[in-house]
Amino acid sequence: MTALVPTPGQTVGPFFGYALPFDRDNELVARSHPSSVRLHGRVTDGHGRGVPDALLELWQAAPDGSVVQQAGSLHRDGWTFTGWGRASTDADGHYVFTTLRPGASQPGRAPFFALAVFARGLLNRLFTRAYLPDDAEALADDPLLTSLEPERRETLVCRPDDHGYAFDVRLQGDGETVFLRYPGQ
Amino acid sequence: MSTAREVDIEVENDDAFDAPVVVSSDTASTTQADVSREIAEIAADYQRSGLEETQPRLDYAPYRSSVLRHPTKDLHHVDPETIELWAPCFGERDVSPLEADLTIQEGGEPLGERIVVTGRVVDGAGRPVAGQLVEIWQANAGGRYIHKRDQHPAPLDPHFTGVGRCLTGADGSYRFQTVKPGPYPWKNHHNAWRPAHIHFSLFGTDFTQRMVTQMYFPGDPLFALDPIYQSITDQRARDRLVATYDHDVTQHEWATGYRWDIVLTGSQRTLMEES
Repeated sequence: MTALVPTPGQTVGPFFGYALPFDRDNELVARSHPSSVRLHGRVTDGHGRGVPDALLELWQAAPDGSVVQQAGSLHRDGWTFTGWGRASTDADGHYVFTTLRPGASQPGRAPFFALAVFARGLLNRLFTRAYLPDDAEALADDPLLTSLEPERRETLVCRPDDHGYAFDVRLQGDGETVFLRYPGQ
Repeated sequence: MSTAREVDIEVENDDAFDAPVVVSSDTASTTQADVSREIAEIAADYQRSGLEETQPRLDYAPYRSSVLRHPTKDLHHVDPETIELWAPCFGERDVSPLEADLTIQEGGEPLGERIVVTGRVVDGAGRPVAGQLVEIWQANAGGRYIHKRDQHPAPLDPHFTGVGRCLTGADGSYRFQTVKPGPYPWKNHHNAWRPAHIHFSLFGTDFTQRMVTQMYFPGDPLFALDPIYQSITDQRARDRLVATYDHDVTQHEWATGYRWDIVLTGSQRTLMEES
Protein backbone atom coordinates (compact mmCIF):
# COMPACT_ATOMS: atom_id res chain seq x y z
CA MET A 1 0.00 0.00 0.00
CA THR A 2 1.60 3.23 -1.16
CA ALA A 3 1.25 6.14 1.23
CA LEU A 4 -0.11 9.31 -0.34
CA VAL A 5 1.57 12.59 0.51
CA PRO A 6 -0.69 14.71 2.72
CA THR A 7 -2.09 17.99 1.46
CA PRO A 8 -0.26 20.93 3.07
CA GLY A 9 -1.95 23.06 5.71
CA GLN A 10 -2.22 26.85 5.53
CA THR A 11 -2.96 29.53 8.09
CA VAL A 12 -6.57 29.97 9.20
CA GLY A 13 -6.01 33.66 8.36
CA PRO A 14 -7.74 36.69 9.86
CA PHE A 15 -11.26 36.17 8.53
CA PHE A 16 -12.45 32.89 10.03
CA GLY A 17 -14.48 34.78 12.60
CA TYR A 18 -17.68 34.86 10.57
CA ALA A 19 -17.31 31.26 9.38
CA LEU A 20 -16.04 28.87 12.04
CA PRO A 21 -17.61 30.09 15.32
CA PHE A 22 -21.17 28.98 16.03
CA ASP A 23 -23.69 29.37 18.81
CA ARG A 24 -22.48 27.74 22.08
CA ASP A 25 -19.39 26.42 20.28
CA ASN A 26 -17.36 26.59 23.51
CA GLU A 27 -20.09 25.23 25.80
CA LEU A 28 -19.77 21.45 25.72
CA VAL A 29 -22.16 21.54 28.67
CA ALA A 30 -24.15 24.35 30.22
CA ARG A 31 -22.55 26.21 33.12
CA SER A 32 -25.51 25.08 35.21
CA HIS A 33 -24.57 21.42 34.71
CA PRO A 34 -23.73 20.07 38.20
CA SER A 35 -20.36 18.73 37.01
CA SER A 36 -19.40 21.59 34.70
CA VAL A 37 -15.84 22.90 34.83
CA ARG A 38 -14.18 25.81 33.12
CA LEU A 39 -11.06 25.31 31.01
CA HIS A 40 -9.62 28.69 30.16
CA GLY A 41 -6.41 30.57 29.52
CA ARG A 42 -4.58 32.90 27.20
CA VAL A 43 -2.95 32.37 23.86
CA THR A 44 0.17 34.54 23.74
CA ASP A 45 2.82 35.42 21.17
CA GLY A 46 6.60 35.74 21.44
CA HIS A 47 6.27 39.08 23.24
CA GLY A 48 3.80 37.66 25.73
CA ARG A 49 0.90 39.58 24.23
CA GLY A 50 -2.50 38.03 23.84
CA VAL A 51 -3.34 36.70 20.38
CA PRO A 52 -6.81 38.09 19.62
CA ASP A 53 -7.40 36.06 16.48
CA ALA A 54 -6.71 32.50 17.55
CA LEU A 55 -9.11 29.58 17.55
CA LEU A 56 -8.82 26.57 19.84
CA GLU A 57 -10.54 23.24 19.40
CA LEU A 58 -11.04 20.90 22.31
CA TRP A 59 -11.50 17.15 21.94
CA GLN A 60 -11.81 14.99 25.03
CA ALA A 61 -13.07 11.79 26.57
CA ALA A 62 -16.21 11.63 28.68
CA PRO A 63 -15.82 11.64 32.49
CA ASP A 64 -15.72 7.82 32.45
CA GLY A 65 -12.87 7.87 29.93
CA SER A 66 -14.99 6.68 27.02
CA VAL A 67 -14.66 8.21 23.56
CA VAL A 68 -17.85 10.05 22.59
CA GLN A 69 -19.16 9.51 19.07
CA GLN A 70 -22.23 11.72 19.17
CA ALA A 71 -23.28 14.16 16.47
CA GLY A 72 -24.77 17.49 17.45
CA SER A 73 -21.83 19.74 18.28
CA LEU A 74 -22.89 22.41 15.76
CA HIS A 75 -26.48 22.57 17.05
CA ARG A 76 -26.20 21.80 20.72
CA ASP A 77 -29.40 20.51 22.26
CA GLY A 78 -28.22 21.20 25.81
CA TRP A 79 -28.28 17.53 26.81
CA THR A 80 -25.86 15.71 24.50
CA PHE A 81 -22.19 15.74 25.46
CA THR A 82 -20.22 15.51 22.20
CA GLY A 83 -16.70 15.83 23.62
CA TRP A 84 -15.80 18.51 21.10
CA GLY A 85 -15.89 22.29 21.11
CA ARG A 86 -14.39 25.38 19.56
CA ALA A 87 -13.41 28.67 21.22
CA SER A 88 -12.26 31.96 19.73
CA THR A 89 -9.91 34.17 21.71
CA ASP A 90 -11.07 37.62 22.82
CA ALA A 91 -9.25 40.93 22.35
CA ASP A 92 -6.80 39.92 25.12
CA GLY A 93 -6.13 36.43 23.76
CA HIS A 94 -8.32 34.76 26.37
CA TYR A 95 -10.37 31.65 25.59
CA VAL A 96 -12.84 29.68 27.68
CA PHE A 97 -14.57 26.32 27.44
CA THR A 98 -17.32 25.01 29.69
CA THR A 99 -17.03 21.25 29.81
CA LEU A 100 -16.76 18.12 31.94
CA ARG A 101 -13.62 16.59 33.42
CA PRO A 102 -12.32 13.97 31.00
CA GLY A 103 -11.51 10.52 32.31
CA ALA A 104 -8.37 8.68 31.28
CA SER A 105 -8.90 7.24 27.82
CA GLN A 106 -6.41 4.46 28.55
CA PRO A 107 -6.35 2.62 31.91
CA GLY A 108 -3.85 4.08 34.37
CA ARG A 109 -3.01 7.04 32.15
CA ALA A 110 -3.30 10.66 33.12
CA PRO A 111 -6.41 12.27 31.61
CA PHE A 112 -5.99 15.29 29.34
CA PHE A 113 -7.82 17.65 27.06
CA ALA A 114 -6.55 17.34 23.46
CA LEU A 115 -6.25 20.76 21.82
CA ALA A 116 -5.72 21.99 18.27
CA VAL A 117 -4.57 25.60 17.90
CA PHE A 118 -5.18 27.85 14.89
CA ALA A 119 -4.33 31.55 14.45
CA ARG A 120 -3.63 34.25 11.96
CA GLY A 121 0.15 34.18 11.57
CA LEU A 122 0.33 30.49 12.43
CA LEU A 123 0.99 28.74 9.13
CA ASN A 124 -0.26 25.33 10.21
CA ARG A 125 -2.33 24.06 13.12
CA LEU A 126 -0.59 22.97 16.30
CA PHE A 127 -1.56 20.11 18.58
CA THR A 128 -1.03 19.97 22.32
CA ARG A 129 -2.39 18.32 25.47
CA ALA A 130 -3.70 20.01 28.62
CA TYR A 131 -3.32 17.43 31.39
CA LEU A 132 -5.52 17.48 34.45
CA PRO A 133 -3.33 18.20 37.49
CA ASP A 134 -5.26 16.01 39.92
CA ASP A 135 -3.63 12.57 39.71
CA ALA A 136 0.03 13.10 40.64
CA GLU A 137 0.86 9.43 40.32
CA ALA A 138 -0.51 9.12 36.79
CA LEU A 139 1.25 12.35 35.77
CA ALA A 140 4.55 11.04 37.13
CA ASP A 141 4.19 7.90 34.99
CA ASP A 142 2.95 9.56 31.82
CA PRO A 143 5.12 8.64 28.81
CA LEU A 144 4.89 12.06 27.20
CA LEU A 145 5.45 14.07 30.37
CA THR A 146 8.36 11.93 31.53
CA SER A 147 10.05 12.43 28.17
CA LEU A 148 10.24 16.20 28.77
CA GLU A 149 12.48 18.43 30.88
CA PRO A 150 10.64 19.50 34.06
CA GLU A 151 10.14 23.12 32.96
CA ARG A 152 8.78 22.05 29.59
CA ARG A 153 6.58 19.41 31.25
CA GLU A 154 4.85 22.12 33.27
CA THR A 155 3.59 23.77 30.09
CA LEU A 156 1.28 20.78 29.52
CA VAL A 157 -0.32 20.61 32.96
CA CYS A 158 -3.38 22.69 33.83
CA ARG A 159 -3.42 24.79 36.99
CA PRO A 160 -6.47 24.19 39.18
CA ASP A 161 -8.58 27.25 39.89
CA ASP A 162 -11.94 28.07 41.43
CA HIS A 163 -14.04 26.87 38.54
CA GLY A 164 -11.85 24.20 36.99
CA TYR A 165 -8.60 24.61 35.16
CA ALA A 166 -6.34 27.24 33.65
CA PHE A 167 -4.14 26.43 30.68
CA ASP A 168 -2.15 28.99 28.69
CA VAL A 169 -0.94 28.41 25.16
CA ARG A 170 2.38 30.21 24.61
CA LEU A 171 3.16 30.07 20.93
CA GLN A 172 6.72 31.31 21.37
CA GLY A 173 9.26 32.46 23.96
CA ASP A 174 9.39 32.05 27.73
CA GLY A 175 7.47 28.99 28.80
CA GLU A 176 6.74 28.07 25.18
CA THR A 177 4.11 25.35 25.17
CA VAL A 178 5.16 21.89 24.04
CA PHE A 179 3.45 21.22 20.71
CA LEU A 180 3.11 17.72 19.35
CA ARG A 181 3.92 15.81 16.21
CA TYR A 182 2.22 12.46 15.73
CA PRO A 183 3.85 9.57 13.82
CA GLY A 184 3.85 10.11 10.06
CA GLN A 185 3.71 13.92 10.34
CA MET B 1 12.26 22.13 11.46
CA SER B 2 13.12 25.34 9.70
CA THR B 3 16.27 26.54 8.09
CA ALA B 4 14.98 30.01 7.30
CA ARG B 5 17.56 32.63 8.08
CA GLU B 6 16.88 34.92 10.98
CA VAL B 7 15.44 38.15 9.74
CA ASP B 8 15.50 41.16 11.99
CA ILE B 9 12.03 42.54 11.81
CA GLU B 10 10.51 45.14 14.03
CA VAL B 11 7.15 43.88 15.07
CA GLU B 12 5.46 46.71 16.89
CA ASN B 13 1.94 46.45 15.72
CA ASP B 14 1.41 42.89 14.67
CA ASP B 15 -2.32 43.36 14.47
CA ALA B 16 -1.82 45.56 11.47
CA PHE B 17 -0.19 42.93 9.32
CA ASP B 18 -3.07 40.96 7.95
CA ALA B 19 -5.60 43.72 7.91
CA PRO B 20 -6.32 44.76 4.37
CA VAL B 21 -5.33 48.17 3.06
CA VAL B 22 -1.99 49.61 4.00
CA VAL B 23 -2.12 52.53 6.38
CA SER B 24 0.90 52.05 8.63
CA SER B 25 4.37 52.97 7.49
CA ASP B 26 6.00 49.84 9.05
CA THR B 27 4.53 47.47 6.58
CA ALA B 28 4.15 49.95 3.78
CA SER B 29 7.90 50.55 3.71
CA THR B 30 8.57 46.93 2.77
CA THR B 31 8.15 46.42 -0.94
CA GLN B 32 7.08 43.39 -2.90
CA ALA B 33 10.67 43.27 -4.20
CA ASP B 34 11.96 42.96 -0.61
CA VAL B 35 9.53 40.17 0.18
CA SER B 36 10.18 38.42 -3.13
CA ARG B 37 13.92 38.52 -2.41
CA GLU B 38 13.36 36.89 0.99
CA ILE B 39 11.15 34.26 -0.60
CA ALA B 40 13.80 33.54 -3.25
CA GLU B 41 16.60 33.21 -0.66
CA ILE B 42 14.62 30.70 1.37
CA ALA B 43 13.69 28.81 -1.81
CA ALA B 44 17.35 28.63 -2.84
CA ASP B 45 18.35 27.32 0.60
CA TYR B 46 15.62 24.72 0.32
CA GLN B 47 16.81 23.60 -3.12
CA ARG B 48 20.34 23.18 -1.78
CA SER B 49 19.17 21.19 1.25
CA GLY B 50 18.15 18.18 -0.82
CA LEU B 51 15.39 17.44 1.71
CA GLU B 52 11.73 17.20 0.76
CA GLU B 53 9.28 19.31 2.74
CA THR B 54 5.57 18.68 2.36
CA GLN B 55 4.02 21.16 4.81
CA PRO B 56 4.40 24.93 5.27
CA ARG B 57 7.18 26.21 7.47
CA LEU B 58 5.90 27.66 10.70
CA ASP B 59 8.89 30.01 10.86
CA TYR B 60 8.57 31.93 7.61
CA ALA B 61 9.56 35.57 8.01
CA PRO B 62 8.24 36.81 4.63
CA TYR B 63 4.81 36.25 6.19
CA ARG B 64 5.30 38.92 8.84
CA SER B 65 2.56 37.77 11.18
CA SER B 66 4.35 34.44 11.65
CA VAL B 67 7.42 36.06 13.22
CA LEU B 68 6.08 36.10 16.78
CA ARG B 69 3.59 33.30 16.35
CA HIS B 70 5.70 30.26 15.52
CA PRO B 71 7.13 27.88 18.11
CA THR B 72 10.92 28.04 18.28
CA LYS B 73 11.29 24.51 19.65
CA ASP B 74 10.81 21.39 17.54
CA LEU B 75 7.43 19.72 17.68
CA HIS B 76 7.64 16.87 20.18
CA HIS B 77 7.03 13.38 18.83
CA VAL B 78 4.32 11.53 20.69
CA ASP B 79 2.36 8.35 20.13
CA PRO B 80 -1.34 9.16 20.09
CA GLU B 81 -3.48 7.89 22.94
CA THR B 82 -7.00 6.61 22.55
CA ILE B 83 -8.82 9.93 22.46
CA GLU B 84 -6.43 11.21 19.78
CA LEU B 85 -7.18 8.14 17.66
CA TRP B 86 -10.79 9.23 17.27
CA ALA B 87 -12.34 12.32 15.78
CA PRO B 88 -15.46 14.22 16.74
CA CYS B 89 -18.56 12.96 15.02
CA PHE B 90 -20.88 15.17 12.95
CA GLY B 91 -24.16 14.21 11.35
CA GLU B 92 -27.27 15.38 9.60
CA ARG B 93 -28.39 17.24 12.71
CA ASP B 94 -25.27 19.41 12.36
CA VAL B 95 -25.35 20.31 8.67
CA SER B 96 -28.20 21.02 6.28
CA PRO B 97 -27.59 19.93 2.67
CA LEU B 98 -28.44 23.50 1.65
CA GLU B 99 -25.29 24.78 3.34
CA ALA B 100 -23.21 23.36 0.48
CA ASP B 101 -24.71 25.91 -1.89
CA LEU B 102 -23.25 29.36 -1.22
CA THR B 103 -25.31 30.91 -4.02
CA ILE B 104 -28.73 30.47 -2.38
CA GLN B 105 -28.15 31.69 1.16
CA GLU B 106 -29.18 35.33 1.19
CA GLY B 107 -32.35 35.65 -0.78
CA GLY B 108 -30.82 36.35 -4.18
CA GLU B 109 -28.07 35.39 -6.56
CA PRO B 110 -24.56 36.61 -5.70
CA LEU B 111 -22.60 38.35 -8.42
CA GLY B 112 -19.59 36.66 -9.94
CA GLU B 113 -18.51 33.62 -11.81
CA ARG B 114 -20.62 30.68 -10.59
CA ILE B 115 -18.44 27.62 -9.93
CA VAL B 116 -18.69 24.10 -8.58
CA VAL B 117 -15.83 22.85 -6.41
CA THR B 118 -15.78 19.13 -5.77
CA GLY B 119 -13.36 16.38 -4.80
CA ARG B 120 -12.65 13.67 -2.27
CA VAL B 121 -11.21 13.63 1.23
CA VAL B 122 -9.01 10.58 1.75
CA ASP B 123 -6.48 9.49 4.35
CA GLY B 124 -2.82 8.80 3.72
CA ALA B 125 -3.62 5.28 2.50
CA GLY B 126 -6.23 6.55 0.06
CA ARG B 127 -9.20 5.39 2.13
CA PRO B 128 -12.20 7.72 1.89
CA VAL B 129 -13.08 9.82 4.92
CA ALA B 130 -16.85 9.30 4.98
CA GLY B 131 -19.55 11.33 6.70
CA GLN B 132 -17.15 13.93 8.03
CA LEU B 133 -17.48 17.71 8.29
CA VAL B 134 -16.00 20.06 5.66
CA GLU B 135 -16.24 23.81 6.28
CA ILE B 136 -15.30 26.53 3.79
CA TRP B 137 -15.14 30.32 3.78
CA GLN B 138 -14.06 32.79 1.12
CA ALA B 139 -14.14 36.35 -0.19
CA ASN B 140 -16.82 37.37 -2.65
CA ALA B 141 -16.20 37.90 -6.37
CA GLY B 142 -14.84 41.38 -5.65
CA GLY B 143 -12.30 40.09 -3.15
CA ARG B 144 -14.16 41.23 -0.04
CA TYR B 145 -14.98 39.23 3.09
CA ILE B 146 -18.00 40.12 5.15
CA HIS B 147 -15.72 40.04 8.21
CA LYS B 148 -15.72 43.40 10.00
CA ARG B 149 -11.92 43.57 9.85
CA ASP B 150 -12.02 43.52 6.08
CA GLN B 151 -12.41 47.19 5.22
CA HIS B 152 -10.87 47.20 1.79
CA PRO B 153 -12.98 49.29 -0.56
CA ALA B 154 -14.41 46.53 -2.70
CA PRO B 155 -18.18 46.05 -2.62
CA LEU B 156 -19.92 43.69 -0.24
CA ASP B 157 -22.47 41.46 -1.92
CA PRO B 158 -25.79 41.43 -0.07
CA HIS B 159 -26.47 37.96 -1.51
CA PHE B 160 -23.21 36.32 -0.46
CA THR B 161 -21.84 35.34 2.95
CA GLY B 162 -19.03 33.14 1.64
CA VAL B 163 -19.58 30.43 4.27
CA GLY B 164 -20.42 26.80 3.50
CA ARG B 165 -20.48 23.38 5.11
CA CYS B 166 -21.11 19.82 4.06
CA LEU B 167 -20.64 16.24 5.16
CA THR B 168 -18.55 13.96 2.94
CA GLY B 169 -20.27 11.09 1.17
CA ALA B 170 -19.49 7.41 1.61
CA ASP B 171 -16.71 7.77 -0.96
CA GLY B 172 -15.24 10.80 0.84
CA SER B 173 -16.66 13.19 -1.74
CA TYR B 174 -17.68 16.79 -1.10
CA ARG B 175 -19.28 19.31 -3.43
CA PHE B 176 -19.90 23.05 -3.09
CA GLN B 177 -21.58 25.51 -5.43
CA THR B 178 -20.29 29.04 -5.00
CA VAL B 179 -18.81 31.97 -6.92
CA LYS B 180 -15.15 32.35 -7.70
CA PRO B 181 -13.50 34.54 -5.05
CA GLY B 182 -11.48 37.55 -6.10
CA PRO B 183 -7.90 38.28 -5.05
CA TYR B 184 -7.57 40.92 -2.34
CA PRO B 185 -5.00 43.30 -0.88
CA TRP B 186 -3.57 42.81 2.61
CA LYS B 187 -1.04 44.54 4.82
CA ASN B 188 1.92 42.19 4.86
CA HIS B 189 3.86 44.70 2.78
CA HIS B 190 3.19 47.52 0.30
CA ASN B 191 0.91 46.44 -2.55
CA ALA B 192 0.55 42.90 -1.19
CA TRP B 193 -2.22 40.81 -2.79
CA ARG B 194 -3.42 37.33 -1.90
CA PRO B 195 -4.09 34.90 -4.76
CA ALA B 196 -7.78 33.97 -4.95
CA HIS B 197 -8.47 31.11 -2.55
CA ILE B 198 -11.12 29.24 -0.61
CA HIS B 199 -10.37 28.30 3.01
CA PHE B 200 -11.06 24.65 3.87
CA SER B 201 -11.43 23.15 7.35
CA LEU B 202 -11.20 19.35 7.46
CA PHE B 203 -11.61 16.54 9.95
CA GLY B 204 -10.48 12.95 9.53
CA THR B 205 -11.21 9.78 11.43
CA ASP B 206 -8.52 10.67 14.00
CA PHE B 207 -8.03 13.93 15.90
CA THR B 208 -4.41 13.83 14.65
CA GLN B 209 -5.68 14.45 11.09
CA ARG B 210 -7.36 17.77 11.85
CA MET B 211 -6.30 20.43 9.36
CA VAL B 212 -7.15 23.85 7.92
CA THR B 213 -5.82 24.89 4.53
CA GLN B 214 -6.53 27.00 1.44
CA MET B 215 -7.47 25.90 -2.06
CA TYR B 216 -6.17 27.99 -4.96
CA PHE B 217 -7.11 28.30 -8.63
CA PRO B 218 -4.86 27.17 -11.49
CA GLY B 219 -2.54 29.67 -13.13
CA ASP B 220 -2.91 32.48 -10.59
CA PRO B 221 -0.34 35.20 -11.40
CA LEU B 222 0.01 36.04 -7.70
CA PHE B 223 1.41 32.65 -6.62
CA ALA B 224 5.06 33.68 -6.87
CA LEU B 225 4.46 36.85 -4.86
CA ASP B 226 2.45 35.42 -1.98
CA PRO B 227 4.36 34.58 1.21
CA ILE B 228 1.55 32.42 2.60
CA TYR B 229 1.50 30.15 -0.45
CA GLN B 230 5.30 30.26 -0.68
CA SER B 231 5.68 29.22 2.98
CA ILE B 232 5.40 25.75 1.45
CA THR B 233 8.90 25.61 0.01
CA ASP B 234 8.38 22.63 -2.29
CA GLN B 235 6.73 23.21 -5.67
CA ARG B 236 5.09 19.77 -5.76
CA ALA B 237 3.66 20.37 -2.29
CA ARG B 238 2.37 23.81 -3.31
CA ASP B 239 0.74 22.27 -6.36
CA ARG B 240 -1.30 20.04 -4.03
CA LEU B 241 -3.25 23.15 -2.99
CA VAL B 242 -4.21 24.09 -6.54
CA ALA B 243 -7.51 22.85 -7.94
CA THR B 244 -7.79 21.51 -11.48
CA TYR B 245 -10.25 22.87 -14.00
CA ASP B 246 -12.46 19.88 -14.89
CA HIS B 247 -14.84 20.19 -17.81
CA ASP B 248 -16.69 17.09 -16.59
CA VAL B 249 -17.61 19.08 -13.48
CA THR B 250 -18.60 22.12 -15.54
CA GLN B 251 -22.35 22.29 -16.10
CA HIS B 252 -23.93 23.34 -19.39
CA GLU B 253 -25.02 27.00 -19.31
CA TRP B 254 -24.65 27.07 -15.54
CA ALA B 255 -21.24 26.87 -13.81
CA THR B 256 -17.59 26.07 -14.45
CA GLY B 257 -16.13 23.20 -12.46
CA TYR B 258 -13.02 22.64 -10.38
CA ARG B 259 -11.77 19.44 -8.81
CA TRP B 260 -9.60 19.31 -5.73
CA ASP B 261 -8.80 16.18 -3.73
CA ILE B 262 -7.52 16.39 -0.17
CA VAL B 263 -5.20 13.87 1.48
CA LEU B 264 -5.13 13.88 5.27
CA THR B 265 -2.27 12.36 7.22
CA GLY B 266 -2.42 8.61 7.79
CA SER B 267 -5.04 7.23 10.15
CA GLN B 268 -3.12 6.07 13.22
CA ARG B 269 -6.15 4.16 14.45
CA THR B 270 -6.52 2.16 11.25
CA LEU B 271 -2.81 1.38 11.30
CA MET B 272 -3.15 0.03 14.84
CA GLU B 273 -6.26 -1.95 14.02
CA GLU B 274 -4.52 -3.53 11.04
CA SER B 275 -1.32 -4.39 12.85
